[in-house]
Formats: sequence, C-alpha cells, structure tokens
Amino acid sequence: MTSHAAAVDGPAPSYLRHGRGLRSWLLTFDHKRIAIMYLCAILACVLLGGVFALVLRLNLWNPSGGLVSNDVYNKLFTLHGAVMIFLFVIPGIPAALGNFVVPLQLGARDVAFPRVNLLSFWLFSGGAVFFVATLVAGGIDTGWTLYPPYSLEESRGLGILLALTGVFLLGFSSILTGVNFIATIHRMRAPGMGWFDLPLFLWALYATGIIQIVATPVLGITVGLGFLERVFHLGLFMPEYGGDPVLFQHFFWFYSHPAVYIMILPAMGIVSEVVSVFSRKPIFGYRFIAMSSIAIAVIGFLVWGHHMFVSGQSAWASVIFSFLTLLVAIPSAIKTFNWLATMYKGAIVLATPMIYVLTFFAIFGVGGLTGLFLGTLATDVPLHDTYFVVAHFHFVMVGAVMTAFLAGLHYWWPKMTGRLYDERIGSTSAWVTFVGFCLTFIPQFFAGVAGLPRRYATYASQFTVHNRLSTVGAFILASGLLVALYGLASSLRSGRRAPANPWGAASLEWTAASPPGLHNFDEDPRGVRPYDFTGLRHVSDEAGWVREGAR
Amino acid sequence: MTARESSTSASAPAGHGRVHVVTPAALLGTVAALFALTVVTVVVSRVDLGAMNVVAALGIATVKAIAVAAIFMHLRYEGRFHVVVLVGCAVFAALLVGFVVFDTTRYQPDLRAREAAETRHR
Amino acid sequence: MSGGGGSTPYLAVQFRDMEAQVETGKLGVWLFLGSEILFFGGLFTAYSVYRANHIELFRYAHFFLDWRLGAFNTFVLLTSSLSAAWAVRCAQLGQRRGLRFTLLATFLLAAAFLLVKYFEYSHKLENGIGWGAACHPSAEILASLPDAARALPVPAHLGTFFSIYYLMTGLHGIHVLVGMGLFAWLLRRLPTLGPDHWGAVDGVALYWHLVDLVWIFLFPLFYLV
Repeated sequence: MTSHAAAVDGPAPSYLRHGRGLRSWLLTFDHKRIAIMYLCAILACVLLGGVFALVLRLNLWNPSGGLVSNDVYNKLFTLHGAVMIFLFVIPGIPAALGNFVVPLQLGARDVAFPRVNLLSFWLFSGGAVFFVATLVAGGIDTGWTLYPPYSLEESRGLGILLALTGVFLLGFSSILTGVNFIATIHRMRAPGMGWFDLPLFLWALYATGIIQIVATPVLGITVGLGFLERVFHLGLFMPEYGGDPVLFQHFFWFYSHPAVYIMILPAMGIVSEVVSVFSRKPIFGYRFIAMSSIAIAVIGFLVWGHHMFVSGQSAWASVIFSFLTLLVAIPSAIKTFNWLATMYKGAIVLATPMIYVLTFFAIFGVGGLTGLFLGTLATDVPLHDTYFVVAHFHFVMVGAVMTAFLAGLHYWWPKMTGRLYDERIGSTSAWVTFVGFCLTFIPQFFAGVAGLPRRYATYASQFTVHNRLSTVGAFILASGLLVALYGLASSLRSGRRAPANPWGAASLEWTAASPPGLHNFDEDPRGVRPYDFTGLRHVSDEAGWVREGAR
Repeated sequence: MTARESSTSASAPAGHGRVHVVTPAALLGTVAALFALTVVTVVVSRVDLGAMNVVAALGIATVKAIAVAAIFMHLRYEGRFHVVVLVGCAVFAALLVGFVVFDTTRYQPDLRAREAAETRHR
Repeated sequence: MSGGGGSTPYLAVQFRDMEAQVETGKLGVWLFLGSEILFFGGLFTAYSVYRANHIELFRYAHFFLDWRLGAFNTFVLLTSSLSAAWAVRCAQLGQRRGLRFTLLATFLLAAAFLLVKYFEYSHKLENGIGWGAACHPSAEILASLPDAARALPVPAHLGTFFSIYYLMTGLHGIHVLVGMGLFAWLLRRLPTLGPDHWGAVDGVALYWHLVDLVWIFLFPLFYLV
C-alpha cells in the first residue's frame, strides 16, 4: 500500500506518514493502520459476496433459471451467505471502524493488546484465503449453515473442509478482537471518564465483545467437530455412525444467533453517535441505551432455538425459545424510541451519515418487527425457509448493519483519512442505496408469505413479478454502493482537507487531528461528556468546529 | 481443610503499589486439600449411589475448582470483575449444556420410535 | 507525550504505568480463559447429551478406562498447578533460582502427564479402540475385561463414546502441550523475569490453572462415573 500523500501534516506527522512500504503496514501494531487494512479487506469481500448476489438475482430473472446450472446456483448462494456473514457483517464494524475509533474515543494511544490486534487481522485474512480456496476447490452447496448430514457426506468433496477451516480461523479472529476491546474499554479510559461518560459506540462494542468471547468458541468447537466428523466419522452428528444432526444445529445456533447481535450492536452504536451529532442534541436516554446493549447481549443467548422450530426440536424447547425471543425485541425497541426522541426538536443536519441513519430507522423498524413473526412459533412454521426469512434477515443485516456501516464510514472518514468526501455523491449514494434496497427486499416478504421457498434456483411462474422486481432492485442497490465507494475513493485524491472536528461532535476522537498522529493525541486527554455540544462553534469550513474556552 | 490466610505479605516491589504475593502456607494448604479431595472423589466413586454418583463427583470437582480459582488463580485476593468473567462464562456453558440435554432427551422417544419402525420394515 | 511511569523498558507505549499494564494483561488473560471455558463447554455438552441419551455406551466403556492412571495424572497436574502458582510468587519476589526450579518442575510434570496419556492412547489404539466408525475392540481386550463387563452386550456405536473421550482428553492434551511450550518460553526469558516484570509468568500460570481445572472435571467424568 503506497503512502497517502494527501495526508494532513499536523503537529505530529499523521499515522499515514509514519513508516513507508508494505512491511510497515502488514506488520504494524498501530490500531489505525490495522483498521485501514481491515477496511480494504472487508470491502473486497463485500464486492465478492455482492457479485455472487447479482449472479443469483440474474439467474432468478426467469422461473426456470438457466443462467447457471442448479448446482452452481447452490454453491453461489452458499458462498454468498458465508462470505457476507463471516467476512463482512460479523467483523465489519468492529474491525474496520471500531479498531480505528475505540482508542481515540477513550483518549488512549492504542488498544490494550496491539500485537494481538495484528494477529486478529492475520487470522481474518487467513480465513478469507480459505474461503477463496473453497471457491477454487469447487465450492460447497450446503447453504451457509453447513447442516449435516448433507454437509459431511463424502460426496461433498474437499470444499467443506476448507470452509470449516476458514470459519475456525475467523472465529478466533473475532474472539481476540472481543478480548482486546473489552480490556481496552474496561481499563484504558482517559482520567475522568467514568462508565457513563463513554460514547455509546463504546458501550455497543463492549457488549459486542461479551458476545464475541462467549459465543464464538462454541462456533469454533462446532466447526472443529464437523471437520473431524467428516474425516474420522466420529459419530456425533452423522446418524449412520450413531450421531445426531440436530445436535449440530444446537451447537451452530448457540453461536449464530448471538452472532446477529455481534452484527447489529455496533451498528446501533454508530446510530447513537450520528443521530445525536446530526440532531445537535444530546442523546436521549443515555443510560437506557447503554444498558439495553448489555441486555441484548445477554438475552440474545437465550433464543437460539427459534432457528430450529421445524428441525425436530422438542415442543417444550420450541415454546420456551419462542417466548424468550419475544423478550429480546424489547431492548431494541427501547433504543429505537430513544433515538427518535433524540431527533425530536433537534436541529437535523441532513448530511450523508444522517441520511443513512434515517433510512436505518425505517429499515430496522421493518426488519425488527418481521422478526417477531418468525420468533412466534405458530407463524414461523409456514414461514420457515421461505423468502420471508430471507427478506427479514437482509433487512436487518444489509438494511440495518450495512447502512449503519456506511453511515459510520462516512462519519469517521475525515478522521481516518484527513479528507472530506463529496457530500453530493455521498447523499446520492445513500438515497440510491435505500431505494435499491427496498425494491430488492420488500417483494421478497410478499413472495415468502405466498410460499416461495428459499435456496431454489427455479420457481413457480406466479412469483415472476416478485423476483424481477427484486433483481432490478439488486442492481440499483449495487450501483448505490458503487457510487458510495467511488465518492470515498475519489476524496482521497481530490477531497478537501478535513479539520479536526468537521461535524461539531463532542466525543474525544474529534479533538485529535484529522488524521491523527501515530499516538493519537499530542497530550493525553481528560475525559469529556461525549454528547455535550455546548460551546461548540462552527468557525469555518476549513477550521471546522471549535469548542469555545478551549486552549 | 485449608488454612486460607490472606496475608498481603512480602515486600511490594517499587512502582507496583499493592501486589499480593501468595504465601507458601496458602499454596501448600491448597494443594493438600486438592489431594485430599481427589482421594475422596475416588473413594466415593467406588460406592454405588446410583444417579448421585455423578452429582457427588461433579460436586467435589466444583469444590476443587473453587480452590484452584480462589488461591492459585488469586481470585480471592483480586477485584471482582475476574470472578464475574469466570462465573459468567461458566453460567453460559451451563446454559448450553442444560438446554441441549433438555431438548435432546425430550425428543429421544420420537427418535427411538422412528428407528424401531424402520428396523421393523427392513 | 511521555513514555509513562518508571524506567522499566518493559512498559508498552499504550499504558500509563506498569500497574496498568499488568492489570490489563491479567484482564486479557481472564477474558481469553473465559472463551476457553466455552470452547470446552461445547465438548462437555456433547458428553452430557450422549450420556443422557445413551447411558449404555458409558456404562460399557467405563471398563476400558483405568482410574489409577487417571488419578495419577490428576495428582501430577495438581502438583504442576502448585509449582506454577509458586513460580509466580518467585517471580514477584525476585527469587531467580526458585523461579527456574518451579518453571522447570511445571514443564516436567506436564511432560509426565502427556507420557501417561501416550501409554493410555497407544494401548487403546493397539487394541482397535479408535474413534467413531473405527472402534472395533480386539478379542484380547474384550477377554481382559472383568466379568461384570462381559455380561453386558457390546453397544452399537461404542465409537461415539470414544470419539468424545479422544476429543476431550485430546483437546486437553493439546492444551497441555501448548502449556509446555509457554513454560519453555518463560524459561528462555528467565533473565528478564523479576519483580519489575512478572506479568508473563502470571498469565501463563493462569492459563495452566485453567488446564488443570478442565482436568479436574474430566477425571471423574471419564474415569470414575
């Protein structure tokens, strides 16, 4: 990676200038550089997963398919899911944005364990390599959920072993990131920064870290056991050797349900930051939002069986899981009401991050509410494995998490790169993405209720309209994303230099230079109140916002 | 059992403030207790208590684990958060074990009936 | 931007002083140990599920495991936990020779543990007791079982029990091996360890105690009940 000659030179040379050449990046301990490397890797994975999605949607233009063979179709949806989930939605916000922002928001010079941070990045890269190898080795067609007995049969080939190894590596990357963030947030706060002075993004990442540490090891053991079951016929999951396939599902979902909270909690953290800054109002109900993050993390562990209502799970278990699932909606609702209350009587600034956040509210509202239909036992049975489920999880994973990711990326872009992106391109991308997203996934709810099953390369002709609308929407969504990436990339060359605080935000990262020096702050800062905008004055576009009475 | 004295003994090295150093008495007392409990576990296992054998074995193991955690791993002498981490993770592990055993035992009758029906048909 | 408190070269740039570094390092190790509890927890789940639903496997397989070897290994590991905890004390007090002795003792006790495991495994594997589908007890070992065992029918899918046995004791054994590596690493760094720099000894010892904790539960579950 070449040096970014566009970097701003502050009192200390920016982190982008400190050290040149590939090795200074690949072997760096600097959390900021690690974040940038993650960002590049993750964006590459999104593009890969996105290409798979577009091919799938093109194949679904006609009821009889035909663009690719059914077998290739199955492999494509499997890898689309696996790549997007494991290489984008789960690591995305914590790795690419959290790594950059966490020490800055705390007033620290780096995370607690910088070398472990680098290890996390290399484990992630290794996992990604194994996924690409899976592609090359012929792919897998099991669905991203990898259920035995099908996935562990001999005739699946080697692809499954490569995929399981990839997931194992990614799991440890995630665990170590969780350890790092919890230790950092717990112990490296600036003097005077108590728990309830933390920006809510940090509460979100702390709660995420809890899930990463508690849930991911179970995924690790699950894929490890799957690997060994396939190679050595252990007799744990394969009925012909004495095993129980439903046991795999219990193990798998014990991780994979909390995993969706690994995905959404950081997104919610970003929303809390952006909605406050761009309403020019302190966040409403700070403690409720903070505590609800922890509540989601904990309750999220109690609901995994709602993925297994039709698996052969006992009726008692299904009833209990269904009831607990309804509880987990409550903290999310609390957050949503608090965000809306923050906006009430605020002075809304419709900048790109805020547009993404507003679309987040609409999308997350629908996504979350449709989850209730799926969590309720009786309504889930006919909806299971239909496009209703596909639409629900894309609403929350793409519509909510990816939207918030883009909000955060635009919000912190000036801090990370020292450049301002073009606001017109940014806001255009936000609206185009929103329109494309809705067109892609809303028809899928209707298709699902009407009975269209998921994971099929062909469909009955009465679903043609739904599928075609969805395919058109997918291309609009893709173009919105490409516009966003174009806007960000071109800002590196031609964007205006960013001041330290372009948005008038109050949290500590905005007191560091844009981009920050190697050790972030010229002097170790004291804690501030992150949503206290009093005294912040917009001086000029070049100088940004300054706090009156500051030195 | 153990003489679990908490003596914050030994000269605290400069620059560390209060560092608790475990005393030899605490260490040796703990290992003696662990050895004794191991003997007890083995002896109890030779007696047929039916289902209680597992309960007794796990119960004694838990006491041993607490001894190791409290003295060898310093939890007795340290802040509460590490205890929260240990106990919290153990609780989640117990949740996993408990719920999965609950569910699998509840659907075994269905499985057995199906297996029996299939065997009859062969 | 001062480098933080003290003249020690071991202070990393992100920490204000050594106390912050040591305490944060400890927290990091504890969080990692928490993840290990869940990692083994998955295997304990597999054990519990199969025991709850296929007790006949466990009753029969019980006769293939020698409780005396298990008990011996338990004493070995408990002693190694003692020496590991003592090593931390030696490091904190600057007792160089004591530190070398305790680190070496822990290393050797771990090796002894693995040696016993090697004998256990090789005896089983030589007699056809593999995992899963590869579990075919040889005539010799069947003949050597006590009458109480021979009265029982050989359960179908006995291999599932031994899969769980090899997985749990094997994963534990891998952790013992990693622990040996860590203690060897500490021994190599012995000159740097002392009252100013004992966090690494503490962290490795904590890891080792977890390895001991797992065995404290494995021993009764496989050898006694």
